[in-house]
Amino acid sequence: MADAGPIVPQARTIVYCGVCTLPPEYCEFGGTAKKCEEWLKEEEPELWNQLHSEDALSANLSTLSVSAQERAAKDAAKKEAKAAQNEARDAERKAASKVIVKRVERNKRKHVTVITGLEIFGLENKKLAKELGKKFATGSSMTRSAAGTEEITVQGDVSEDVKEWLLEVYGSKVPEANIDLVEDKKKKTTPTAPPVAPQ
Amino acid sequence: MFKKDIPPSNRSKVKSSVQRGLRQKLLETYPGFEPYIEEILPKKASLEAVKLPDRVTLYTIDSTPLFFQPFDGPPLPHLRLVHAFPSAIPTIQIDRGAIRFVLSGATLMAPGLTSPGGRLPDAENALEAGQVVAVKAEGKEEVCLIGTLKVGTEEMKSKGKGVVMDEGHYLGDGLWRMQLD
Repeated sequence: MADAGPIVPQARTIVYCGVCTLPPEYCEFGGTAKKCEEWLKEEEPELWNQLHSEDALSANLSTLSVSAQERAAKDAAKKEAKAAQNEARDAERKAASKVIVKRVERNKRKHVTVITGLEIFGLENKKLAKELGKKFATGSSMTRSAAGTEEITVQGDVSEDVKEWLLEVYGSKVPEANIDLVEDKKKKTTPTAPPVAPQ
Repeated sequence: MFKKDIPPSNRSKVKSSVQRGLRQKLLETYPGFEPYIEEILPKKASLEAVKLPDRVTLYTIDSTPLFFQPFDGPPLPHLRLVHAFPSAIPTIQIDRGAIRFVLSGATLMAPGLTSPGGRLPDAENALEAGQVVAVKAEGKEEVCLIGTLKVGTEEMKSKGKGVVMDEGHYLGDGLWRMQLD
């Protein structure tokens, strides 16, 4: 808590692991011990030294009986494998799924932009809808479609801009190749390429 | 209590009168927070209530979780709050072998506390059943579990087995991982 008053803040601030969110000393039980260790080494070398020094490791080991240790190690390995598997599956799913930015015609010359598939990339639809509305100064809302999937509806034709904005702000989470622009109906006015057959 | 992930749910501002009541109740239940109350729950801060499953309400200020309250029970502090003010709540300790069970959401059993690695308060400071305690782990500094005792500490020592705490809020559970912003 940031306290800028007459009160002296007494709260301890604790570093939490960036990988598993636990306090670093509990990382070994989080299932992603290896990754956590790397993270800690990078971000908080001091703490890393403290937690992964020879003394600390041997102290950890000596307090348990051998059989219990074995069981714990087995359990940890299982957990780790599971976490790795989960992650792999997640990555696969992410690679396979697409963010679809769809332009839907509302009436002849008005459109709405419907965005689906963002939640798979770890973005929150509701918040994003608000941000989009602010960015483009239009109405924007999260709706649940009949199939139960969530989608963001932005008023106006902003599909190009949405794509650009997504890449700019959330480019680290959503790769460009996974964003698809779809038009429900062809734009009415296409003066550059008149669909008239040459005579 | 929060084994599953908690979906983001709606939150609402808490009335200031209710906020005063909560503050009173919090101090009543945890006298240990008294010196810090201004820091935890400033009078003017706008407290928000977030509804969680099973009729639990979580109270937050500016996306910082403070404490949660089951429908009928006393308010329990969130682990982050306990980490910030570790001395405010009576603490017991489990041995190293029990950590992995606790962190995967098992009920807390007496042997983890009565074994050499565990630590219970001595007879003068014994804790009664129904008390809210923080649970530390052997060789660790931070608290890993918080919940209500089902059995008094003296009884634990004499019996040495059985369930001690049914469900609590532990590191890495749904409440811990909940995104609040």
